[in-house]
Amino acid sequence: MNLTIKVNGEEWALDVAPADVLLDVLRERIGTKSPKIGCERGDCGSCTIIMDGRTVRSCLVLAVEADGHEITTVEGISYDGISELQTLFLENNSFQCGFCAPGIVLSATELLENNPNPTRHDVQEALAGNLCRCTGYEPIIDAVLAAGEGGSE
Amino acid sequence: MVIANEFDYRRPETLAEATELLANHSGSVRILAGGTDLVAWLRDDAVAPDLVVDIKNVPGLHDLRLDGGTLHIGALVTFTDLIESDVVEENAPLLAEMAETVASQGIRNRATMVGNICSAVPSCDAGPVLLSYDTTVHLTGPDGDRSVDINDWFVGLRQTARTEDEVVTHLTIALRPHGGVYVKLMRYGGEDLAQAAVGIIAYPDHEFRVAFGAVAPTPIRSTRIEAALKGKPLDDDLVAEATAMVRDEISPITDIRSSAEYRSRMTEVMLKRGLVAATERLAGTGPAYGTRLI
Repeated sequence: MNLTIKVNGEEWALDVAPADVLLDVLRERIGTKSPKIGCERGDCGSCTIIMDGRTVRSCLVLAVEADGHEITTVEGISYDGISELQTLFLENNSFQCGFCAPGIVLSATELLENNPNPTRHDVQEALAGNLCRCTGYEPIIDAVLAAGEGGSE
Repeated sequence: MVIANEFDYRRPETLAEATELLANHSGSVRILAGGTDLVAWLRDDAVAPDLVVDIKNVPGLHDLRLDGGTLHIGALVTFTDLIESDVVEENAPLLAEMAETVASQGIRNRATMVGNICSAVPSCDAGPVLLSYDTTVHLTGPDGDRSVDINDWFVGLRQTARTEDEVVTHLTIALRPHGGVYVKLMRYGGEDLAQAAVGIIAYPDHEFRVAFGAVAPTPIRSTRIEAALKGKPLDDDLVAEATAMVRDEISPITDIRSSAEYRSRMTEVMLKRGLVAATERLAGTGPAYGTRLI
């Protein structure tokens, strides 16, 4: 089936099978490797992408469902250098192995777009379902709170 | 892991086209809305349809509005739509309280409430809340439109009154003044399926609706507990009488998330707290919607 999607501002036209999952198409066909293959059942958040402005689990979306839609991944928000939020993650030493980082960066980006000054509770709720096995979450939450307060300046 | 099953995929542009596809196909068919259950089940080989009909392009199914005193919720309304809706906040904040407990942001952005009751797993969060409201499910199929009372909707484990060639177009909820509560027990705050859940609505003149999730093969309503509560001011003795009835009303199992015994005991606690909170909310007091009671 024909699939036309915009990924990080670039138009793609591909031939896919109905059973192809968006996560696999992004990684294997388009070469966008930041969405990670984790649990593959929507629980871990490592495959999170932004579709039409909202986060979705790309492991639970058929590629054909994305036809005509616009997708942003970490590659997209880092095109002109890393974002202020990403800088704060670096400064807070928020990640260790980094496997969860793309999903958390995108989930926090969505939160800050809808709620520019979130509380700690808001951040915890927004990131629930993005599992991190390294850090205990505290430096991640601290960085998002710092971004909400206007960044590092 | 890839999806091993091969299937055809169609994305109709009208409701008529969708019902035509559902009525005239060979083999088995599945309707795709948010896909958060269906795609996981396809991966697990739990379902192996010959045809998947994606209804996301069908116009009119996104509607979320108040018609007079009736709330209209289209089949494609997501849990995030419910949480962000002013109409819901002003008229049925219980729906948002429930929606906030569903999985994670990335799932809520995609998963629909109608899909939740069509999948009809025992722990579906929408079940106990919709059973507490005066909810009607509206379907269309080869024989035209029909509606099903929510009390007749859940017919067995993952089974509903919908036939394979029908599509749910929307739900309606006939609203009247109420105070509601959804109490969900999870292993940890944040993302989990319910270990047990209680949905309660207090209506004026000491009338209650009481429903449970994850403690029977389907979400269930307890008309016996409702009858025991009816017409009497809620006090400690009446709450104790109601909670003493819980064990005979539910049939929990032991599984990876909880033991049957724990589910039973906690359902009693949740009913007790929920009856008080729903009564207070009806009176305009009580904890704000969204406050976790357990």
